[in-house]
Amino acid sequence: MTMTTSATPAPGKKVNRIGLELSAYRGGKSTLCAGCGHNAISERIVEAFYEMGVDSRRVIKLSGIGCSSKSPAYFLGQSHGFNSVHGRMPSVATGAMLANTDVTAIGVSGDGDTGAIGLGQFAHLMRRNVPMIYIVENNGCYGLTKGQLSPTADIGSTLKNGVVNDLPAIDLCALAIELGASFVARSFSGDKKQMASLLKAAIAHRGTAMLDIISPCVTFNDHEGSTKSYSYVKDHEEPLEEISFVPFFEDITVDYEPGTVRQVSLHDGSTVFLKKLAGDYDPTNKATARRVIYESAARGEFATGLIYVEPSRPDFLTLLNVIDQPLASLPTEKVRPSREVLEAIMDSLR
Amino acid sequence: MTPPELAVQEATAERAVRRVVNDLCIQVATVNGSGSQTANLVLLRALFQMGIPVSGKNLFPSNIAGLPTWFTIRASRHGYIGRKKEIDVLVAMNLETAREDVLAMEPGSVVLYDETFKLNAVRDDLIFYPVPFDRLVAPVCPDAKLRKLVRNMIYDGVLARLLGIDLAYMDKALTRQLAKKAKALTLNQAALGAGFEFAATSLEKRDPFVVEPMGATAGKILVEGNAAAAIGAMMAGVTVVTWYPITPSSSVCETLTTYMRKYRMDKDTGKATFAIVQAEDELSALGMALGAGWMGARSMTATSGPGISLMSEFTGLGYYAEIPTVIFDVQRVGPSTGLPTRTAQGDILSTALLSHGDTRHPMYLPCSVSEVYEMAIDAFDLAERLQTPVFVMSDLDLGMNTWMSDPFRYPDKPLDRGKRLTTDKLAELGDWGRYKDVDGDGIPYRTTPGDGLPVYFCRGSGHNEHGQYSERAADYVANIDRINRKFQTARALMPPAVVDAVQGARIGIIGYGTSHWGILESRDQLRLEAGVESSYLRLRAFPFGPEVADFVAAHDRVYVVEQNRDGQMAGLLKLDLDATLLHRLRSVLHYDGMPLDARTVTNEILTQEGR
Ligand SMILES: Cc1ncc(C[n+]2csc(CCOP(=O)(O)OP(=O)(O)O)c2C)c(N)n1
Ligand code: SF4
Repeated sequence: MTMTTSATPAPGKKVNRIGLELSAYRGGKSTLCAGCGHNAISERIVEAFYEMGVDSRRVIKLSGIGCSSKSPAYFLGQSHGFNSVHGRMPSVATGAMLANTDVTAIGVSGDGDTGAIGLGQFAHLMRRNVPMIYIVENNGCYGLTKGQLSPTADIGSTLKNGVVNDLPAIDLCALAIELGASFVARSFSGDKKQMASLLKAAIAHRGTAMLDIISPCVTFNDHEGSTKSYSYVKDHEEPLEEISFVPFFEDITVDYEPGTVRQVSLHDGSTVFLKKLAGDYDPTNKATARRVIYESAARGEFATGLIYVEPSRPDFLTLLNVIDQPLASLPTEKVRPSREVLEAIMDSLR
Repeated sequence: MTPPELAVQEATAERAVRRVVNDLCIQVATVNGSGSQTANLVLLRALFQMGIPVSGKNLFPSNIAGLPTWFTIRASRHGYIGRKKEIDVLVAMNLETAREDVLAMEPGSVVLYDETFKLNAVRDDLIFYPVPFDRLVAPVCPDAKLRKLVRNMIYDGVLARLLGIDLAYMDKALTRQLAKKAKALTLNQAALGAGFEFAATSLEKRDPFVVEPMGATAGKILVEGNAAAAIGAMMAGVTVVTWYPITPSSSVCETLTTYMRKYRMDKDTGKATFAIVQAEDELSALGMALGAGWMGARSMTATSGPGISLMSEFTGLGYYAEIPTVIFDVQRVGPSTGLPTRTAQGDILSTALLSHGDTRHPMYLPCSVSEVYEMAIDAFDLAERLQTPVFVMSDLDLGMNTWMSDPFRYPDKPLDRGKRLTTDKLAELGDWGRYKDVDGDGIPYRTTPGDGLPVYFCRGSGHNEHGQYSERAADYVANIDRINRKFQTARALMPPAVVDAVQGARIGIIGYGTSHWGILESRDQLRLEAGVESSYLRLRAFPFGPEVADFVAAHDRVYVVEQNRDGQMAGLLKLDLDATLLHRLRSVLHYDGMPLDARTVTNEILTQEGR
């Protein structure tokens, strides 16, 4: 176990390891409904980036279109943000990361944005393992267009007006694992502690970290008959493990009982500790991960926690063998071939 | 010799003595997948190396193997490199189309054919040269499996002898083509020789067509438009290329990949100074290009009509959020999947106004390979200067066919990275707003993620000049009007039309893109055959410069020549020109998927002129 020294906080106000206060990580005032699960997620994002001491000027935040996709405006006010088009944020994020991997990217999407119009782009983002955090704020309905069914609504769940959903739900975690994602987790917007650890682990992961966070829509999908209401989710959440996250810059002080804990080392030297609740759950085993999703779904439950992780899978930029320096800022000498090169090409065409 | 052929000889005796030097059109009719491309390119290049202006056009079907294909080589001592409809020499290698091809020929023209086709029975007013391909290929290619590929070289040998091409030119062209494949080279050389030998001993020349060396191609190159676009993009310093395969644009990114892997690897690290990604569709291709453009990289994608329509929503985002990127549109025949392997200029109107709301996009309109190269470079500069998606409107004829050209010039301007905010500029401005019109040209200053300068929120929803979300009417109007000012700024930054004003000419012709070549030749026909003088304006960009209105005003009737059914460019001109000028515009339209030829233009103008 590697030991590193803790940062010494500056006297006076509480600051993080790069000397910033929590307020530096906040964004604009939310215009989402009071009580919307998406707001709770924004708060956790603010805390996670603060606690990890990430320089938010080196963060880009992207989204598609929807209530959830509005949320990048409500966190990390000192970061560049991009609301793209409905469902197509993955491509914009991919292009952005191709241009400059010196930044950390966080994408926020909805279950309609990801599971319906954006399913294709979501699939290819997972396959490519583009280095970024991809959060689905999953409320089982379309919030911004006033409550229609989304593809993650469970079969048999009802809309407020009584319409029953006849179609099976798309399980975005199962799909992501199937497609080759290297970090897949599920959580609940009401579970502060679990989400905090998962977000920090996602920041430390190199590759796509997909977080499907059940985030109830208080306005359109919080009634009896909905399987994405606060009360339903609270009653049916089944954590796979108790998670602790120790960033690379902190001493590991927690004392775990050997044998009951699984330790996963992430790319930047951080560690995730998973204290087993459900048998001997192994998040690095794809087959187990899939099974646990199917089995809990069959019981009408949500398995939450770090479901699958493959920290060593190379990310997209590594696969493309792209130079370390950001492509966006390469000088002319590196990007415009010489006169001799053009001459050689002309000669080959004579 | 069969009696009908003797008769032909008499019928064409006059032409035979006339000798037509360096002015002919050869069409090879084959089946795709039969390996005729090598023979065709060798013939083309041999003529080119003799110093004769040439062009090569491939008419191919939308499948991989087994359907009819035609390759046309035009040699013109006058330097005409557009399509000529009238075929002088047909090489009939495909039984399926042979009869129809022969029936379409002008009296007195030449048919070189596989003797088993018995084409001399079809007509008696052509000159027929039967060739026993199977008998000739067997001894030079003992491996029966390879004969199908090698037998095409026999017609090259026969043509070399008949037209008077020194075998050394053919051999040089063949060696260039197959230098890396020694066995194939030897077999093809043998077939070439066998064809030549056969013609020398068994065919009596009865046609007037001959070629002779002339000095019109010294230093020139032969290249396809898509390769020219790729070279231009590389010289422009593109770093992020995202694309989805579609005919006829795929070879832009495929060729670019080849060149970039060769010439754009970092010497110190051996790593790529670029990223090329084959996306999952055109939506993603443009989304990625915009993501990269937002971050400050030079990005591009290439596509054709169906892809352009998928890119509509993202193009609107690029326009309104003001993100630079370059889109190459190699146009093909629509609507829908249309004729995927045929040429057209049918995306003009939809691309100019692509997406919803009020959108207008700068478009370059290259007519030649050298222009597509130069415009590719300029497009990246313009996209960054204007902070908007910029289109380069090529077409299948330009993109996939082989054109003769002067070698490309090394770009003499440094890369124009546009209005990037700097610390100094920030101090000078005091209050920076992402969408503020500081200089009155409609172009604001931008920052890019990671540059340490002030951040902003990029979005396709309504925003004020500070980039903040806004639904205020006044903010919307101010912003959309400023973006239009930026588009007006583009008029001065894009290349003006090329005008050839002829003293006393009452009619004007407006053309663009590959229509240029047919128009050039047609103007000569109009003058020489009908005594009609014409002025000519060739558009090179949208938005149009002021010279366009002046040109229209200076002529009684102005024919807008284009390759689509609805007169799309004429429509755009009508949106732009003063209402008092509109009655002067007329359309000459050609939209059968074949490249535009001079005769079509000439006939249509004469008809509309009442001649
Ligand atoms: C091309 C396109 N189609 C439809 C819409 C309308 N639209 C906006 S948000 C949305 C659904 C959002 O639902 P979800 O992604 O689940 O997010 P939520 O609002 O529930 O957070 C739709 C259909 C759009 N903006 N663009
Ligand atoms: S409508 Fe639903 S999803 Fe949208 S802000 Fe309100 S509670 Fe949240």
